[in-house]
Amino acid sequence: MTEELDAGMLATEIAEHPDALSAPYGGGELGRGRRRKEDAKLVTGQTNWTDNITLPGLLHMAVLRSPMAHARIVSVDVSAALEMPGVIAAYSGADLAAEDGALPCAWPVTPDMVHPDHKPLAVDEVRHVGDGVAVVIARDRYTAADALEAISVEYDQLPAVVDMEAALAEGSPLVHSDKGTNKCFTWPFAAGDDYEATRAKADVVVTRRFRQQRVLPTAMEPRGVVVAPIAAADEYTVYSATQIPHILRVMLALVTGIGEHKIRVIAPDVGGGFGSKLNVYAEEVLALVVARKLGRPIKWTESRSEGYQATIHGRDQIQDIEVSATKDGKLLGLKVELLADMGAYLQLVTPGVPILGAFMFPSIYKMDSYTFSCTGVFTTKTPTDAYRGAGRPEATYAIERIMDELAAELGMDPLELRRRNWIKHEEFPFDSICGLTYDSGNYEAATAKAEQMFDMTALRREQAERRERKDPIQLGIGISTFTEMCGLAPSRVLGSLSYGAGGWEAAQIRMLPTGKVEVVSGATPHGQGHHTSWSQIVADALGVPFEDVEVITGDTDSSPKGMDTYGSRSLVVGGVAIHKATGKVIEKARRIAAHLLEAAEGDVEFHGGTFSVKGSPEAKLSIQEIALATFAAHNLPDGMEPTLDSDYVYDPENFSFPHGTHLCAVEIDTETGFTKIRKYVCVDDIGKIINPVIVEGQVHGGLAQGIAQALYEEAIYDAEGNLTTGTMVDYLIPSAADLPHFDTGRTETPATSNPLGVKGVGEAGTIASTPAVVNAVVDALRPFGINDIDMPASPERVWRLLHPGGQRREASGTVAYGGVSTSTTSGGAA
Amino acid sequence: MIPAQFDYVAPTSVADAVAALSEAGEDAKVLAGGQSLIPVLRLRLSYPSVLVDLRRVSELRGVREDGNELVIGAMTRHADVITDPLVRQYAALVAEAAGTVADPAVRHRGTFGGALAHADPAGDLAAVALALDAQLVAEGPGGRRSIAAADFFVDYLQTALSPDEVLVEVRLPKLEGQWGVHYEKFNRTAQAWAIVGVAAAVRQENGSIVDARVGLTNMSSTPVRASAVEAALRGTSADGRSIAAAAEHAAEGTNAPSDLAGASDYREHLARILTRRAVSAAAGV
Ligand SMILES: Cc1cc2nc3c(=O)[nH]c(=O)nc-3n(C[C@H](O)[C@H](O)[C@H](O)COP(=O)(O)OP(=O)(O)OC[C@H]3O[C@@H](n4cnc5c(N)ncnc54)[C@H](O)[C@@H]3O)c2cc1C
Repeated sequence: MTEELDAGMLATEIAEHPDALSAPYGGGELGRGRRRKEDAKLVTGQTNWTDNITLPGLLHMAVLRSPMAHARIVSVDVSAALEMPGVIAAYSGADLAAEDGALPCAWPVTPDMVHPDHKPLAVDEVRHVGDGVAVVIARDRYTAADALEAISVEYDQLPAVVDMEAALAEGSPLVHSDKGTNKCFTWPFAAGDDYEATRAKADVVVTRRFRQQRVLPTAMEPRGVVVAPIAAADEYTVYSATQIPHILRVMLALVTGIGEHKIRVIAPDVGGGFGSKLNVYAEEVLALVVARKLGRPIKWTESRSEGYQATIHGRDQIQDIEVSATKDGKLLGLKVELLADMGAYLQLVTPGVPILGAFMFPSIYKMDSYTFSCTGVFTTKTPTDAYRGAGRPEATYAIERIMDELAAELGMDPLELRRRNWIKHEEFPFDSICGLTYDSGNYEAATAKAEQMFDMTALRREQAERRERKDPIQLGIGISTFTEMCGLAPSRVLGSLSYGAGGWEAAQIRMLPTGKVEVVSGATPHGQGHHTSWSQIVADALGVPFEDVEVITGDTDSSPKGMDTYGSRSLVVGGVAIHKATGKVIEKARRIAAHLLEAAEGDVEFHGGTFSVKGSPEAKLSIQEIALATFAAHNLPDGMEPTLDSDYVYDPENFSFPHGTHLCAVEIDTETGFTKIRKYVCVDDIGKIINPVIVEGQVHGGLAQGIAQALYEEAIYDAEGNLTTGTMVDYLIPSAADLPHFDTGRTETPATSNPLGVKGVGEAGTIASTPAVVNAVVDALRPFGINDIDMPASPERVWRLLHPGGQRREASGTVAYGGVSTSTTSGGAA
Repeated sequence: MIPAQFDYVAPTSVADAVAALSEAGEDAKVLAGGQSLIPVLRLRLSYPSVLVDLRRVSELRGVREDGNELVIGAMTRHADVITDPLVRQYAALVAEAAGTVADPAVRHRGTFGGALAHADPAGDLAAVALALDAQLVAEGPGGRRSIAAADFFVDYLQTALSPDEVLVEVRLPKLEGQWGVHYEKFNRTAQAWAIVGVAAAVRQENGSIVDARVGLTNMSSTPVRASAVEAALRGTSADGRSIAAAAEHAAEGTNAPSDLAGASDYREHLARILTRRAVSAAAGV
């Protein structure tokens, strides 16, 4: 099952993407479209999801959640639940308050950040719908669910705080009354010339207010946790559907006071995360605390509607952005003011998400001045946290949207405007205005290729024709040229941003006596295909067969060190760690080979898995033979440790900067407001490729997720703080049937900051696609005097913009980019 | 979510099902394909004491002809309705609308009778049954009775069925002659319920529309007939302008809901646009 993709698929792949399967480089493994090692297990149902785990004596936990956005808890009475047959225990927040600690936030972005206490179960007050109030432990899940209804809670309702701006206004009700404010922090940043002075020199100033709607991460596998205690030893095995077993172990120890060495965390097969499993959750702590109290294994699995209230949400920012430029379209300065909704509490990296974005607003462009400020705001809603892209999609959206608005203002081709401002290929490495060193990039090449694949000229012609004949179906073309900072992250940089941990990754190579190889990685997969890619890296470096490599991840016993998987970091940090660890194996094996072949070390060459002596080609030993010789240890150099195993902990020196050009054409039915994506072309430059098929999968999934934010997904709270899109009937997620064919292409500008030349691809599609789609929608609507639309661009929203007060707007002008003159500098309809 | 506890019986005849229902009283529920009922139970919006599962009642499955009527058994699954040759011949509108329901997994479990008995105004089949003047046959302790579609849909999720009645079959007058049909569904994703749907059937003679049936999905708390459109269409010539003019009446007499999927004025607008498109497609113009 691990052979390369079959010829038919390969032929299609090659026909559609001539360079997708470019000739393998290195030892022949890198760049090959290997079938994923993980898939046979996945498609035959032999996976081990957390919810599949069952243990002798297992008890089930259910959580009673607040139906109100904000209320004082007057009383919690669990006695009736305790009387039900099959119920073992029931606890209120007060019952567990002494043991369950507080959920951690690892990113105090400013010294004066307001950091409210966050108990796994609320004790005095509930602060969002879904906040935990009590738990029931029962013999089966059905009884546990029934028993929740027997718990009576008396609430004293308090005002909900839903709107960020209202929350900051004088006299607003407070989410945390003891804090005296709903403001969490303000984080300012400025670089280059003084912004106001720069603005004064500008010919054109364009401002917009963009909204990043709240989105609900919806991983295929819901969250779940199982805790197995060994009561006598105060030892615990925690199985969790998590992206971060290593970080979780540290945090569970800190939260509960149980020794870190007494907790083993296992992330079994994990079905997607997108950031939603990059956290330390109440249920993980509660299951551990209750397992400790009862000495019995405890399981909890969320339901979908429960997850929509109790798993972190994504995005939710208001972005005020202003760009100053000359009339020739040269960018002078950029000003960004953000409001970021934290929700009711701070989860693991809640406040850090918009800060990650701060460095990405200037994107690929040169400018003289940049000023940024972000204010975090508490509301009575589910906490937000990292969601695929975390800060960078928000930034990319704002800059790419306003670049199109500036182009319209100037009557300039939006691609030409970008060309005039982007960092030229020959200028790399380039220090961005934010102080990041972009090591490599070739925006010209990616854009030229995308334009050619898109057939821009023909689409612009068709657009003009449709405008001319006032066709009910109008065409729009959207552009997004983007970069992202990936490979999180150099530990020193994280330190300078007050993050609580480092950004390194650990790897270990173990050469087994029979020549097989075990690879231990701290980067924990949840669907990405790490085991395949890591096997390719190792097979390539050591010259062993791909099938002979086994990758071990996701268990703090067998993979004790790691920083886990998020932020497009696994390959760029974890993969490089593995590559470096193979280098140590080869160097030691070379010494042993020289010893056994009785040659000078400098004369021993390594190629394709074989050590040979320069000039006498018959004198050679395979790396497998060396592994066996090392195991036997009969004849090693004096004083040498009899092992070929090696460890490497890699701390990157720089981020990586994938980039690309995405082009989108949409058809808008002006009668119904429905948007259909007609054509989507993306050319991503993610440096060197390990496995093009995995890359393709990441790009497709990323595009789907980014398009979903542009057109479909939106978490809506009503004025009382109820999540009205609380089930998948109301929260719209597109499926394959709703998405277009993706024309994907690549250019390859290797990263220079790591030896594999890789940059990361986990988030690219999500980051680039949202603005490409919305730019296309606005481009289609511009002749009607419309120059912005809130996301998602639902049919009703489009229709309302086209029919203000029920009257249909008439289009005027057929100019390609500007449509009508867009002399307005405010958002919304002109 | 986890449903509350209930008892479960799976009788093999309609008579036994009716008996089980009358024994259990008000709290019993019929289980057909479970595609609407199971979510309701899981969200704990309903606490039936017993579920009477009809999956073993084979007499409720299948499509047959009876004179100038087409008879669809209540337990016939959407997937079977869609591919049935008789349905395609005499009630193509039913097949077309059923083909827009959700996704293949739902269509292989959900049933024609269940969709009508559930009476969700956003469901696609109720408007079709109404437009085609279906008769719904129910069996209760007192025997069988036939209910006209116009009387069957009482209110939001409410039908004329009493708790101890089983919907047995649906009788549709065969559409014969120069009928053209089309179901026009507007939703945001392929799997989603209709924001508005329009079921249209028109009969033409010599370039004129002589008969027209138009049913609307999700324009009220029940499916509704667009009677004003039907009246305006009858006798007009089958051309784009006449159809567009008739479609302007589509929202008359409706009471469209306002919800997350769309405000009522938007739905009224959609009803007019979609009626124009549905009738045009049915008339082949
Ligand atoms: C994800 C999803 C999307 C969907 N999208 C659509 C859509 O776009 N359009 C659409 O029309 N439908 C849609 N449906 C609903 C689908 O058509 C259901 O199959 C249908 O509404 C109910 O049929 P059922 O056989 O599953 O009935 P059940 O769910 O078993 O029952 C529904 C109700 O009808 C009653 N009932 C069922 N059969 C009988 C009978 N013979 N006699 C008396 N009472 C009976 C039950 O007691 C219950 O109250 C969707 C469902 C899902 C899960």
